[in-house]
Amino acid sequence: MAFIEIRDLTVEFTRIAEDGSEVPGTRAIDGISLDIEQGSFVSVTGMNGSGKSTLAKCLNGLLLPTSGSVYVDGMNTRDDDKLWDIRSRVGMVFQNPDNQIVSSIVEDDVAFGPENLGIPPLEIRKRVDEALKQVGMYEHRLKGAHMLSGGQKQRVAIAGAIAMRPECIVFDEPTAMLDPMGREAVMKMILELNAEGITTILITHFMNEAAQADRMIVMQKGKVLADGAPSDIFSDLEMIDRAGLELPPLIELREKAGLPGCIMTAEDMAAELKRMKDRQDPGI
Amino acid sequence: MSIEVKNLKYTYNPGMPGETLALDDVSFEVHDGETIGIIGHTGSGKSTLLQHLNGLIRPDSGEVWVDGQCITDKSAKLVDVRRKVGLVFQYPEYQLFEETVAKDIAFGPRNTGIPEDQMEKRVRAAMSIVGLDYDEIAESSPFELSGGQKRRVAIAGVVAMRPSVLILDEPTAGLDPAAHDEVLAMIETINASMNMIVIFVSHNMADVARLSDRVLVMDKGKIAMQGTPREVFSHEDELSSMGLGVPPVRDILKKIKEAVPGFESDALTTDEAAEDIRKYFGLK
Repeated sequence: MAFIEIRDLTVEFTRIAEDGSEVPGTRAIDGISLDIEQGSFVSVTGMNGSGKSTLAKCLNGLLLPTSGSVYVDGMNTRDDDKLWDIRSRVGMVFQNPDNQIVSSIVEDDVAFGPENLGIPPLEIRKRVDEALKQVGMYEHRLKGAHMLSGGQKQRVAIAGAIAMRPECIVFDEPTAMLDPMGREAVMKMILELNAEGITTILITHFMNEAAQADRMIVMQKGKVLADGAPSDIFSDLEMIDRAGLELPPLIELREKAGLPGCIMTAEDMAAELKRMKDRQDPGI
Repeated sequence: MSIEVKNLKYTYNPGMPGETLALDDVSFEVHDGETIGIIGHTGSGKSTLLQHLNGLIRPDSGEVWVDGQCITDKSAKLVDVRRKVGLVFQYPEYQLFEETVAKDIAFGPRNTGIPEDQMEKRVRAAMSIVGLDYDEIAESSPFELSGGQKRRVAIAGVVAMRPSVLILDEPTAGLDPAAHDEVLAMIETINASMNMIVIFVSHNMADVARLSDRVLVMDKGKIAMQGTPREVFSHEDELSSMGLGVPPVRDILKKIKEAVPGFESDALTTDEAAEDIRKYFGLK
């Protein structure tokens, strides 16, 4: 059994007209089935409006299916009695750092989740300290949250998720509003958490971030357009174009320079070109 | 049409514990039809500078001249200044509020007393400049549009004021790759077709390289460097010490140069880099 099982998931948003009648609205998710394995790192990409964030919100019951089901560790998200269990297993980090800080002091904010799970105070203290150390924000624990930069706030939001000791964290465009340094720090954090065994789902518009996952899911109009290893996804140029995505700069350069398709990192490219040069100048 | 900024100084919270010198003797000029990219680490003073350019903030000392008029002078009429200098904030689509696209775009011009019988023409022209089809979406709710379309509606609202200078704070942040590309193309069109001065702030170095005639680098409230993108991005180590990066293709080229001594390239785009690689390594 996979950690998260999504079966024929459909989500529709209906509108209520002024006279109180329901107007059938958009189908944000249209019959998706997916398995997400424990400990894996899955990235989800697709155009604005393709259903990525709706999918994310279904993974811990923030949204419930219109039809179909989502199981987390065998528990159905429709099952009211299991909702707290599900949410303590699947944490969320959203895009806007300002929308997810609830307390005025950094350490209080990180403690908010564990407090609500009813964890004893001494244990909360321990978890908060550990989580803040892990994201490199321990020295800032007594600061006002409003004093932090966007990247720092986002790391505090991640600490808040970690302090709940989830088995899985869903990141919904966590780096979209950050500057390059903030983005790099958050991405490094995500990779470290995954290396520690936390199942990681990353929604992003940045292709170089998506390419670092083990598995990439490309969404379009509420459906899964492609699902596979990043190296396979980025070799299907026609699909990338159809999905409104772009190639990461390295792969774009590889294609434009006509280099072999097995090159996936800048190091690969440098090594391949060095080999070519050595072959051309055998004397040196 | 030109902008001249002379010895601008501005301090937040003067005399208070949180006193911060945000702009420290900033001077530069912008000439007719130029596109200027401003880069700098979070907190380097970029946004403070932008807000001086249309009189949202008055400097402690120094002057801003737009089109021969000193806008920092106490007698300057700020309404005129803002008609001349249009400022598009970050995530401008959050400021959309009207029932229809046409009404939202007309809001600014209507408030400056443009007669109603000219309004449709204004709105049509502004929509055409940002690449939106009037007949298709003018009567739609702005909230039903895609992310990229919403952003262009918001920008059209500023363009409809017919400013001589368009200032954009992170115009492509948070957009998917296709919408990102649309907004970049739109900025190029605005600059070329209306000969408008465009000044934009961005963390995306590839965008800065593509759009800018000149790049201003801000660091700790000062202009640390300025020049063409090629000049500025050749100072990689200095940029890195200010917490700034270079276009992603530069990082790849650096690895290749390390592996293959003798290979040189100062490319800023993947097209240029591919060309240099093909030439040096004799690829077809």
